[in-house]
Amino acid sequence: MENAIKKYWPVFLLPTLAAFIIGFIWPFLWGIYLSFHKFITVSKTTFVGLDNYIKVFQDATFVEAFWFTARFTIVSTILINIFAFALALTLTRGLRGTNAFRTVFFLPNLIGGIVLGYIWQILLNGLLTNLGLPLLALDARYGFWGLIILMCWQQIGYMMIIYIAGLQNVPGDLIEAASIDGATSFQTLIKVKLPMVMPSVTICTFLTLTNSFKLFDQNLALTGGEPAKASQMLALNIYDTFYARAGAQWKGIGQAKAVVFFLLVISISLVQLYFTRRKEVQQ
Amino acid sequence: MAKKTYHDGAVSGARRVVDAALIVLLTALCLLWIYPVILILINSLKLETAISTATVFTLPTSETFVGLANYVHGVTQMNFLSSFGYSVIITVTSVALIILCCSMCAWYITRVNILASKLMYLLCAFSMVVPFQMVMFTLAKTADTLKLNTPFNICIIYLGFGAGLAVFMFTGFMKSVPLAIEEAAMIDGCNPLQIFFKVVFPILKPTAISTAILETMWVWNDYLLPTLVLDIKKYRTIPMAIQYFRGSYGRVEMGPMMACIMITVIPIIILYLACQKYIIEGVVAGAVKG
Repeated sequence: MENAIKKYWPVFLLPTLAAFIIGFIWPFLWGIYLSFHKFITVSKTTFVGLDNYIKVFQDATFVEAFWFTARFTIVSTILINIFAFALALTLTRGLRGTNAFRTVFFLPNLIGGIVLGYIWQILLNGLLTNLGLPLLALDARYGFWGLIILMCWQQIGYMMIIYIAGLQNVPGDLIEAASIDGATSFQTLIKVKLPMVMPSVTICTFLTLTNSFKLFDQNLALTGGEPAKASQMLALNIYDTFYARAGAQWKGIGQAKAVVFFLLVISISLVQLYFTRRKEVQQ
Repeated sequence: MAKKTYHDGAVSGARRVVDAALIVLLTALCLLWIYPVILILINSLKLETAISTATVFTLPTSETFVGLANYVHGVTQMNFLSSFGYSVIITVTSVALIILCCSMCAWYITRVNILASKLMYLLCAFSMVVPFQMVMFTLAKTADTLKLNTPFNICIIYLGFGAGLAVFMFTGFMKSVPLAIEEAAMIDGCNPLQIFFKVVFPILKPTAISTAILETMWVWNDYLLPTLVLDIKKYRTIPMAIQYFRGSYGRVEMGPMMACIMITVIPIIILYLACQKYIIEGVVAGAVKG
């Protein structure tokens, strides 16, 4: 049977493979190549070695964007996961109206990043004005917390759904056994439920970490990096380097930044997966 | 034992109070959760001059209420209908193509045990972690060269970029499908194409729905890829139109802008309420596979 299918590769494998090469593999490899070159148009490139990479780290906006992104990622990952888990716990108690609550909390997820950004910009600027504080675009601290609020609003519902699915899979006899042994509900939570939902914790931290680190649309729409790039995150900084800066070498530097960004995302994901996977128990 | 029963009774009494408190708290939280959307809805019904950062929170009065005027203005000025059309075309063609091609590809790489299959699987998993910024510049250039820069051809790029998740989800499910049914079909004289479409694809249907939902959520809301690939003067998807609408005027007209946001959000909410069950199942399935 395997051999019969094998002959059909032009039908089964080729379309996806071709599109995958056009849409991913070729741009990826070409991107690595270009990161070592200086160019204005891609038809005329000069090899500059590691020059672009050196300039990446000399670019103060990139370093600043990195710290902004790092702080944002840590705060949002912690807040989203705590709130999502707490909501999941309350919504698995069998309360009345559970389904309606779940529906509402999940809703913001379906609205795109650009639209979300504008909705919150209007709301937060209105709030800040009425409190007599500077607008989002004038103070990066408000931009930071604005992004955190927006991200929580969007992601808590999604992570909550994953945690609910995890909690529903915890076998009832385990919880019963714990209560017969005299465990308090807090002990049951820490010693039984939490270890059993570790796979969900792994997935949710992975998703929130990478989503926050790679955030672009929301950043562009909510603050646009204002004031003076102080609320710019890495993805927006790279976009800005490619398309908003004039000068011979910026495209090459932008591509080098993109490679650095890619390496950062990969290392963060691997480290996180390593640490949370270790905590998972065999079901 | 008697003590234990007494204790249980006290707990369930206390539990009822806690539950009631939680319901109140959750209801308040839910209202807070939908408040941003309600705020935009209220403001989209106000007169342009009555909207400013200081007056966002005031309700429209009989003088400032303009009904649907902002909606009419916004739709005509933003050319909303054509944007809506482009978004629908791109999403439908891309998701259909992704489901068809990736399910076929996934079946091939699980059933044919060669090096190329393993390599394809690994590359697909890898592509899910790579940030879009890594490939955006070169991808836009490639799309231009290959004339993939129209709403009708862009689905090929979406197939390439969405293949990672889809192949990953389909192979995850394929591994649990027994080979025996397919072998029986083969003995009955089916060729691989017939086996796939008559036997395998119907089995894959639940995964296909989950994958379609995840990919639709991505393509419909995607902003950066179409912005870089499509010619913004000719074709604008909804997210592009909203961003363009805002960036192109000296002073943004808030009323029509908020009306446009509402017209983008309302269909999503209706669709969500209609097929909520599938969407939530899709999210859970995606998370488990990922």
